[in-house]
Amino acid sequence: MLKTFSKGGVHPPENKLSANKPIQELGLPTHVTIPLGMHLGVPAKAIVQKGDTVKVGQLIAEKNGFVSANIHSPYSGKVAKIDKALDASGYTRDAIFIDVEGDEWMDTIDRSDALKITCELSPEEILQRISEAGIVGLGGATFPSHVKLAVPRGKTAEYLIINGVECEPYLTADHVLMMEKAEELLVGIHILQKGLQVEKAIIGIENNKPDAIAKLSELAKKYTGIRVQALKVQYPQGGEKQLINAVIGREVPSGALPIEVGAVVFNVGTAYAVYEAVQKNKPLFERIVTVTGKSVKETANFKVRIGTPVSQLIEKAGGLPDDTGKVINGGPMMGKALASTEVPIVKGSSGILIMKQTEAQRKPVEPCIRCAKCVSVCPMGLEPYLLMSMGQKGLHERLERDKVMDCIECGSCSYICPSSRPLLDYIRLGKSEVGKIIRSRKK
Amino acid sequence: MNTTILYTILSLSGLGATSAIVLYFVAQKFKVYEDPRIDQAEEALPAANCGGCGFAGCRNFAEACVKADSLEGLYCPVGGNDAMTAIAGILGRDAIGMDPQVAVLRCNGTCEVRPKTTLYDGASSCTIASALYGGDTGCQYGCLGLADCVTVCKFDALHMNPETGLPEVDDAKCTACGACVTACPKNLFELRKRAKKDRKIYVACRNTDKGGIAKKSCAVACIGCGKCVKVCPFEAITLENSLAFIDADKCKLCRKCTQECPTQSIIEIGFPPAKDKTATPDDTQTSATQQENTNS
Repeated sequence: MLKTFSKGGVHPPENKLSANKPIQELGLPTHVTIPLGMHLGVPAKAIVQKGDTVKVGQLIAEKNGFVSANIHSPYSGKVAKIDKALDASGYTRDAIFIDVEGDEWMDTIDRSDALKITCELSPEEILQRISEAGIVGLGGATFPSHVKLAVPRGKTAEYLIINGVECEPYLTADHVLMMEKAEELLVGIHILQKGLQVEKAIIGIENNKPDAIAKLSELAKKYTGIRVQALKVQYPQGGEKQLINAVIGREVPSGALPIEVGAVVFNVGTAYAVYEAVQKNKPLFERIVTVTGKSVKETANFKVRIGTPVSQLIEKAGGLPDDTGKVINGGPMMGKALASTEVPIVKGSSGILIMKQTEAQRKPVEPCIRCAKCVSVCPMGLEPYLLMSMGQKGLHERLERDKVMDCIECGSCSYICPSSRPLLDYIRLGKSEVGKIIRSRKK
Repeated sequence: MNTTILYTILSLSGLGATSAIVLYFVAQKFKVYEDPRIDQAEEALPAANCGGCGFAGCRNFAEACVKADSLEGLYCPVGGNDAMTAIAGILGRDAIGMDPQVAVLRCNGTCEVRPKTTLYDGASSCTIASALYGGDTGCQYGCLGLADCVTVCKFDALHMNPETGLPEVDDAKCTACGACVTACPKNLFELRKRAKKDRKIYVACRNTDKGGIAKKSCAVACIGCGKCVKVCPFEAITLENSLAFIDADKCKLCRKCTQECPTQSIIEIGFPPAKDKTATPDDTQTSATQQENTNS
């Protein structure tokens, strides 16, 4: 019997259409937009000016506070302007516009493919490198990694958990990364182990990726303390708290961080970025992005530098199909529909999903029939139907008491609801209101 | 038989009398003094319990009025100056009057001037929609048209106009309680001073983008050209972040700016038709033009 998390969960169709597609490189665009706020926390502060020439890997925006991340230029060229630009959120935010000229890299970056295993750096130096490289959680939450690595005093990390679950349907970016960059990934995990000073590292992979489980298990034998844990397929296993529960059987208390139970979780993409940053001195400016969908001509996994417009990826994958209903940034469960395909790929973009008109449309909302399916699938043990009506009515005290802030917004409740009620929409509304109340109380 | 009735009456009256005496002393001991003026002040208030004053309800506001040393900063927008004078009379303090206000919608992006670029099919709430993205038109500052303001209005003063896709304020019913101001996630409502005959001139736009971008997203957006600032003889107009703002206190409703505005983002409501300049101010046509909220 394979391990999985204990509460709730759903089984949406997997549709991993691009699972066996190799990682492809994209051609250089002519103009790119680099948003300054592509991570969780305070947006970075631009340190270049209009007219400056930049090289690939050059620092163009500095982190602005502890919970913030550096941004490096993914292209060489001239800074056209620093202005507002539409980002994936549908709002205009500050961004750096670069006119791409040639492909000139910083000399400090090691561009060879040779695997570099040994790492002589001290834990502090590793942390320093990760912080400088602007690495953020590439699973989608884009939480700055150096913050996670700074274990608070009095707490010790016991387990390093590497998230190779990729429970979102359609997405295959992590899967192909595990297959093609397995050795580098393990070195990255080894570096993280050293940086955190933990002995045990567990890579959690769902059972629908047997090739990745076999490959990593075989290679992990060379390293002490790293092992692979195969997991039963169930959404949302890739959620941090769910993964901890599935792998080590501990439950993160409400409102607490994973370090409370001695665990630190990183995505496989992040571990690979750590390898590149520490061993190759290459800051985070590119990532793997899946372009997929039932109507897409050639689903693919691209190695994309941030700032590239989404439209270019879609073009490379065979163009936008005529019957497109929605273009989603991310997967079908947690992703958000894009208002425009001209928005740039950012550090947190794991996939671009194109949905047909028929798939994309929401069904008409029916009254709640009190079937409690949403309650049974909620991985956080909440009562979504109740939270929704409280959100609608604005009962913020009750929402807070009923742990609305624990919601991880996985969308399982909205997915399972036979009356297709917009449960998550209203829970999110309640969350934002309660969040505001909590923040104002702290002041 | 008779004695049973007698005993019953006697014992029950005895019990009643003892309890009454005990209760009397307990009531004396734990008596909470309540200022009778609170009740009087509450009487003077409109009992709308709308929260427009910033307190939890009319009684809460009355308590605050009685407790406070002066009535400064305390104002019931629904009852207006009449209610505040009454309260001041009850409390023997100076009434602090305020100009009556009315809510205006600072967006004129009708379906015509601001075509939809995307389709939103999520939950019908402006707050939810605005948390997800900028809006279903090119303008991220404009009205989302999902009527959060209409839902919160307790005075039936807001209604959606299906033709324009925008809410309309019924000046006669609006009490300036401010519920719509807080409900609108795009912060489009503004409380402005009520002028004679409910005439209004204001910039019906919140777009702070630069001119070119603003113009592209909406035909009637304020492009921040500054022409209105130059033409205004009363220095009532200021320009900040490519967006003009007309100070209702300084504005004398001369209408020079509305004629100057190249995008017609400054709108006038309640005036007789512009061509008919010779018409007397108390023209009967005012009420007809008042309904023309679009003016595009």
